[in-house]
Amino acid sequence: MLTKRIIPCLDIKNGRTVKGVNFVNLRDAGDPVELAKQYAVKGADELVFLDISATLEGRKTMIEMVLKVAEQVNIPFTVGGGISSVEDVDVLLKSGADKISVNSSAVKRPELVNELSSKFGSQCVVVAIDAKQVNGQWKVHLAGGSIPTELDLFDWAKEVETRGAGEILFTSMNNDGTKNGFANEALAKLSETVNIPIIASGGAGTIQHFTDTFKEGKADAALAASVFHFGEIEIKNLKEELKQKGISVRL
Amino acid sequence: MKIVIINYGAGNIKSIQFAFKRLGFEALLTNNPEEIKAADKVIFPGVGEASSAMQKLKESGLDHLIPQLKQPVLGICLGMQLMCKSTEEGHTKGLAIFDVDVKRFSNTVKVPQMGWNTINNLQSDLLKDIKENEFMYLVHSFYAEQCKDAIATTTYDVEYASALQKDNFYGVQFHPEKSSLAGEQILRNFINL
Repeated sequence: MLTKRIIPCLDIKNGRTVKGVNFVNLRDAGDPVELAKQYAVKGADELVFLDISATLEGRKTMIEMVLKVAEQVNIPFTVGGGISSVEDVDVLLKSGADKISVNSSAVKRPELVNELSSKFGSQCVVVAIDAKQVNGQWKVHLAGGSIPTELDLFDWAKEVETRGAGEILFTSMNNDGTKNGFANEALAKLSETVNIPIIASGGAGTIQHFTDTFKEGKADAALAASVFHFGEIEIKNLKEELKQKGISVRL
Repeated sequence: MKIVIINYGAGNIKSIQFAFKRLGFEALLTNNPEEIKAADKVIFPGVGEASSAMQKLKESGLDHLIPQLKQPVLGICLGMQLMCKSTEEGHTKGLAIFDVDVKRFSNTVKVPQMGWNTINNLQSDLLKDIKENEFMYLVHSFYAEQCKDAIATTTYDVEYASALQKDNFYGVQFHPEKSSLAGEQILRNFINL
């Protein structure tokens, strides 16, 4: 049976992890490669690296990091942040990334999703969508959630599926950082709207939140950062509890 | 031990090369027929779309070379699918090494299948020391039907052949290079064939 995936997300700036990481037995908590290796051993199913460097120098460092992760880590990983062209993706895939994610650049130029899926295959094209519920309407936001658009979350999800996206990473801006749980109602509606896998993001605080997002939110995977980085939730414990609740996981 | 990875411009092959490196083996990326023929072990990778991958094989004459190879050959993901008779993806005719057709998952499940699923009914030396229900990482929209060449099966939508073998030819739908320790064991088994 296909299992539900647990995905730690690492924010990267100039080749270093950004959010504080509190891991025992880690020589260098700022080194994304060390951290990725630890997560692979601890039972993470996949990893996401989000490049938040704004400079060209930062981009180059990111590619070096991708090469090192691919060399040393034996589970799949996605790279996102600042990707806006076929050339950007070509370099990352050739460096060993399994999937890439696009966000604002796809909203600005939706044809990008077609170009990427026809050149590299849908299986490696993740479209990340940041959305916020305003007056009952889920609206897509850009640039890390700071710029609102008129795009409806569900219309946009359907459109990127049609254009060849292989997966959607949905972050609820209302839930992100709250540790109050994922946006399960919107997630469940997304799963009914499209027929590609959905990664839930934003709001993880407790193990129960993961159970809820798999059961009520019908998510195929759940992504979180700080609860893993600070050791508030151990991936092994999380998976054991999920299994007890009847959710199929890789243990 | 000379391992080559056939490089015909199809997808992420760096990961396979790195996986062998973790096991202590250098694998050469090449599309040179002489180098491929002279290798002890041949990896036939592939991600992306079937008809364009098949087109690339034809342009380099590899579609004739691969079925004639005598050493162990391992097709991975789309590589495995192209070793089958045909695939529904782009209505593509394959190399017909395995006597099976490749179909698309129905829309009663999410497509692609993406993530970790179990392999069962394990039969070959390729899968030596791998336990039943071991997890493998898979990303695919098309699958080889259950057939006599199957050496492992997986269930998603239907029970299908997730690994195949015919003589010296092996194929796996999953990505051993991305499937943690069990995946590395399969690559080690392939080296030891």
